[in-house]
Amino acid sequence: MRRRKFLGYAGAVTAAGGLTLLAGWWRVDGPGAPTPPGTRPLPLTKMEFKLTDHEGQTVGPETLIGKPTLAFFGFTFCPDVCPTTLSDISGWLDALGEDAERLNVVFITVDPERDTVEIMEDYVAYFHPAIRGWTGSADQIARAAEGFRATYERVPTDNGYTMNHTASVFLFDAAGDFVSTIDYHEPREFAVPKIRRAMKEETTEAT
Amino acid sequence: MKQMLFSVVAGLALSLGTSAAHAGSDAVVVEDAWARASIGTSRPGAAYMEIRNRGEEAVTLTGLATDLAEMPEIHRTSTDDQGVSSMAPAGDIAIAPEATVTLEPGGLHVMLMRLQRPMMEGESFSLTLVFSDGGEMKVEVPIRSISARGPED
Repeated sequence: MRRRKFLGYAGAVTAAGGLTLLAGWWRVDGPGAPTPPGTRPLPLTKMEFKLTDHEGQTVGPETLIGKPTLAFFGFTFCPDVCPTTLSDISGWLDALGEDAERLNVVFITVDPERDTVEIMEDYVAYFHPAIRGWTGSADQIARAAEGFRATYERVPTDNGYTMNHTASVFLFDAAGDFVSTIDYHEPREFAVPKIRRAMKEETTEAT
Repeated sequence: MKQMLFSVVAGLALSLGTSAAHAGSDAVVVEDAWARASIGTSRPGAAYMEIRNRGEEAVTLTGLATDLAEMPEIHRTSTDDQGVSSMAPAGDIAIAPEATVTLEPGGLHVMLMRLQRPMMEGESFSLTLVFSDGGEMKVEVPIRSISARGPED
């Protein structure tokens, strides 16, 4: 009914109405339920940034095309959420067994000042071997976060500073399209099927 | 997870109550204490536990002391509806009679700032909980792997 009314107006209004409906569907029923509308990550193919992985290789969003991707933001000086997220992801990857090799798993630091390539290399070694650590200039990190619609903020403390940051894990299919998020500390029973779904989209498109 | 935590009545936790003058905090029991190993000493460490008040009076945890870290504090991680996590000192922790306060990943945790030595997997350290009634409790906290998710996974 509402939709029909919109159709009577100019094309722009129709588009806006459609977007509203799409956003509503996405929020209520869609796979992006935990993600507020308008903050959906861009497809990886629309992102532009250049970072360095923990082995010193130049990487960017294009590095992730071809396999489904789990990407998340954090920092190695984070004592609670980040090791927990990395452990959770390591557990999901263990549950996927050999299928984990068909995934890109990327931990992008929001604290490039402290998280150098060497620090990232040291840190990711403690978790599942599939996890890659990405760092780079503050400017390029900001561009990456913008593409993922992730936020972060430096907060001074008595002891230096800490970082507030988006703790969700972003899931993309092999084509680089956003599939869903996995919330911080989401139980394995929910997380692993979400990853499998992102992997299935890859298979469907391939056949 | 929670049930597992409850069901495992750890032999790990030590409660060395102080004098009988401190009836309130004397009724406190700490279970399932654990910490994550650190990488060196430049990053803060984290420790977790369950603090149970088995008494009939409320108790308030006001501070922590350990020779492992110059600034041990209880912090709270919270994650908002946008998925953004932040961390801040939690202040005093009041524990009602018969209540349990759980320090676990993603929530309340002991933040060990200015580490004096690296936290090595397999070792342990002692942490003293200080209560508002003057009572103190010493807890021996085992250090697990950096990728540990709980007291015994």
